[in-house]
Amino acid sequence: MIKEIREPLIFEISEAGKRAAELPPLDVPERKGLLAGVPLRSELEGFPEVSETEITRHFTRLSQKNYCVDLGLYPLGSCTMKYNPKVNERLSAHPAFAGSHPLAPVELIQGNLEVLKTLEGFLCEIAGMDAFTLQPVAGAHGELTGMMLIRAALEARGDARKHVLIPDSAHGTNPSSAHICGYTVKEIKSNENGTIDLASLEQAMDGEVAALMVTNPNTLGVFESDICRIAEIIHAKGGFVYMDGANMNALTGIVRPGDMGVDVMHINLHKTFSTPHGGGGPGSGPVGVKKELIPFLPVPIIVEKAGRYALDFNRPRSIGRVRAYFGNFSVIVRALCYILTLGPKGIREIAEFAVLNANYVRKSLEGEFHLKYATPSMHECVFSDKFQKEFGVTNLDIAKRLIDFGMHPPTMSFPLIVHGALMIEPTETESRRDLDMFIDAMKTIAKEAKENPEILHAAPHVTYVSRLDEVAAAKFPVLRWEKKA
Amino acid sequence: MSYISLSDKDKKEMLARIGVAKVDDLFCCIPEAVRLKRPLDLPAAQSEIELVRTIEAIGRKNAGVGLLSFLGGGAYEHFIPTVVDYLSSRGEFVSPYTPYQPEVSQGTLQIMFEFQTLICQLTGLDIANASLYDGSTGTAEAVLMAQRVTGRNKVVIARSLHPQYREVVRTYIKNLGVDAVEVGYGPDGRIDRDALGRLLDDAAAAVVYQSPNFFGVIEDIQALSEAAHARKALSVAVVAEAVSLGLLEAPGKLGADIVTGEAQSLGIPVSFGGPYLGFMACKKEFLRQMPGRITGQTVDKDGRRGFVLTLSTREQHIRRERATSNICTNQALCALRATIFMETLGKQGLRELAWQNARKAAYAADRLGAVPGVKKRLTGPVFNEFAIELARPWPAVDAALEARGIVGGFGLGAAYPELGNAVLVAVTELRTKGEIDRLALALQEVLS
Repeated sequence: MIKEIREPLIFEISEAGKRAAELPPLDVPERKGLLAGVPLRSELEGFPEVSETEITRHFTRLSQKNYCVDLGLYPLGSCTMKYNPKVNERLSAHPAFAGSHPLAPVELIQGNLEVLKTLEGFLCEIAGMDAFTLQPVAGAHGELTGMMLIRAALEARGDARKHVLIPDSAHGTNPSSAHICGYTVKEIKSNENGTIDLASLEQAMDGEVAALMVTNPNTLGVFESDICRIAEIIHAKGGFVYMDGANMNALTGIVRPGDMGVDVMHINLHKTFSTPHGGGGPGSGPVGVKKELIPFLPVPIIVEKAGRYALDFNRPRSIGRVRAYFGNFSVIVRALCYILTLGPKGIREIAEFAVLNANYVRKSLEGEFHLKYATPSMHECVFSDKFQKEFGVTNLDIAKRLIDFGMHPPTMSFPLIVHGALMIEPTETESRRDLDMFIDAMKTIAKEAKENPEILHAAPHVTYVSRLDEVAAAKFPVLRWEKKA
Repeated sequence: MSYISLSDKDKKEMLARIGVAKVDDLFCCIPEAVRLKRPLDLPAAQSEIELVRTIEAIGRKNAGVGLLSFLGGGAYEHFIPTVVDYLSSRGEFVSPYTPYQPEVSQGTLQIMFEFQTLICQLTGLDIANASLYDGSTGTAEAVLMAQRVTGRNKVVIARSLHPQYREVVRTYIKNLGVDAVEVGYGPDGRIDRDALGRLLDDAAAAVVYQSPNFFGVIEDIQALSEAAHARKALSVAVVAEAVSLGLLEAPGKLGADIVTGEAQSLGIPVSFGGPYLGFMACKKEFLRQMPGRITGQTVDKDGRRGFVLTLSTREQHIRRERATSNICTNQALCALRATIFMETLGKQGLRELAWQNARKAAYAADRLGAVPGVKKRLTGPVFNEFAIELARPWPAVDAALEARGIVGGFGLGAAYPELGNAVLVAVTELRTKGEIDRLALALQEVLS
């Protein structure tokens, strides 16, 4: 019923004179001629005027037009849409943290610094790295920071080098991050198992290559079993191994990147460590490094002496700051809460159950959907629409039809090496019931593709809007509301 | 405590269907040699009761909480209406991801569209993106964007730009062949226009300045834009105190080509520096060079209005290394908070809020200026922050004020040695006359 209410833009329901907030009367004497000569606005042209009731209705109605993890399975591959624990929301919003100013003197922020230092230590232990910086605020920001660290370390050796090697299965941010760091990207082909082809890698690796950026498990959900050999090849020619930790959810407590030759990596706290995705951020992308790279970490570094914390800015070889203040602090508090709640056994269970759930889905759908690579899956499995294409049905149709069954579709935009990809990452927090609902829906869709493809082309059928014209949106951009003339 | 939803029975049956005996067998492709053979060295799992105790105990070590604070410098304590917290805590907003499937994300998408509209209205520019990480990285992105738009490799950056923003810009441009030169400020705290004239040449991509600047002083955006445009460089305005836009003329109306900055002031707690909310608006001719997610309006196949992420050919997942930026995730939930905040305050409320900031800061500047041993340091017009110079060294004064329960401001000497004992004092609408008087009295005691 509520879906039928077409919620206008707030600007369209605005009426002069309404308001949703009052301020106390001004309690100071007014200085005459204040801001004389400074150009001021005559009014906030276009800003809405509505009541608090209308604000609450507007945002509550809009909220009901969103699908979310709290509602059901969200198997968006490589995004790790796991359950977000509620106590972490409450604790991260505690006034002791939320009311704490980033420029306050260190003696007033000892609790915050303890939070940061403690999480740094936990991440070092989980990832097998020697140090972490918590300043980067997203995965891509972490990648950029990591590449800057590698560049600085190479410059310190005398040569920054020119290229970065990136497998063709990589997430799009990898090449972009390397580029912003001043490197050209060389693509490494995958082999028939969907992993890095060692011969191609050996051929591509030379004294001009700064680093390999590898995601492990990669975006096919496949573990790079040759990772130690890969690291040897890179290290032998003086390069660094960067690991994109987006898929760390498959590894926690089982194996540590630092133990398999990784020199630098980022972790997405909003994936592996359960902090909410917020409709697209805020995230957090801490970067871990081995000893050699510690001198280059962003400033400031938190140091502890006899239980007192201080900030060390005197780091002459540091790459500098990558963000003002201390990163996305309240996201960091949530991740700390999560690790404290789970403990060592719980952290290992993340990987165990994530991999169990993904393999259960894979096994249940094998035969119904095409699996390009037979290599064992870790925390996600990548099918394609190859079988359904015979009936003119694409991965987009399958995705949109899944919505009718009350579920979020899988990732479709990558890996680029699987055409018509359906990249499914259920995560460890899903129940058997929800997994089975998904499996049943996918099987029904596979059947519909053969028998009634039209129902798929026309999907979704039950949403607030039907399929949207994305081509028109890009061709004739309307990017803001404007008052009708 | 774990968040696993499978029973032992489920687990057994699922393993049977997969065809393996135990979970460990699923990890067969990880070489035995590198596997972790011991439990992680982490504290034992805690129940919710224990966790709350642990975290609250750490929180109590933040001795600054509850003190009367006059800190600003890019992070401001403002009124946050209860509806902002209440509505933004809904699971439908907190727990989805980037709206890749627009048919089930119309809530987030419509809100982004409203956010973009509000940012355009505040900045006086044609288009805005759906957010960036924060003000510091937004400034760095604006510098890179100016380089792409002009094809030039030099930027003139105001020394009065937030020192941490300048550091971030330096980190970002180091590997990209962009030169940054710094332009100083005069006794009024505004950019030294003669120096700017000398530094601006035909190699300059942009002049990057903050207004109100780090000292709280309002820059002459029109004059700076004219100077930039005379050399065909872009005028890039950075706004670190977004509430000021409720009162000051929109930078776009004064000639700024790109306006970027920090919108933490619009409904986001100071929260030890993050998450915050970067924003960026520009003239429409620069649309294809703008970084970050953008939401656009379109229609569905039944002709109804709807919203989608658009113009993604600028972005990394399509264009890979040729993208305008490597940004993927932005700050959607913070943008939601700012949208609720702006729409709740509304046309009258945001303006009144901004005026209260300016008037209280003016009162505080006059009141503190009358204390013996205090001198107003920079004479230009200010919004809600100002610099004062003290007759005694700041660290000692700071400590003495703290002993009286007051965080008096931010010492400028470390970032600006030329300002010696100057202190930056911020006064928002939340500070009462009584609290301002308390600071004045305390300063009087400490300085006498």
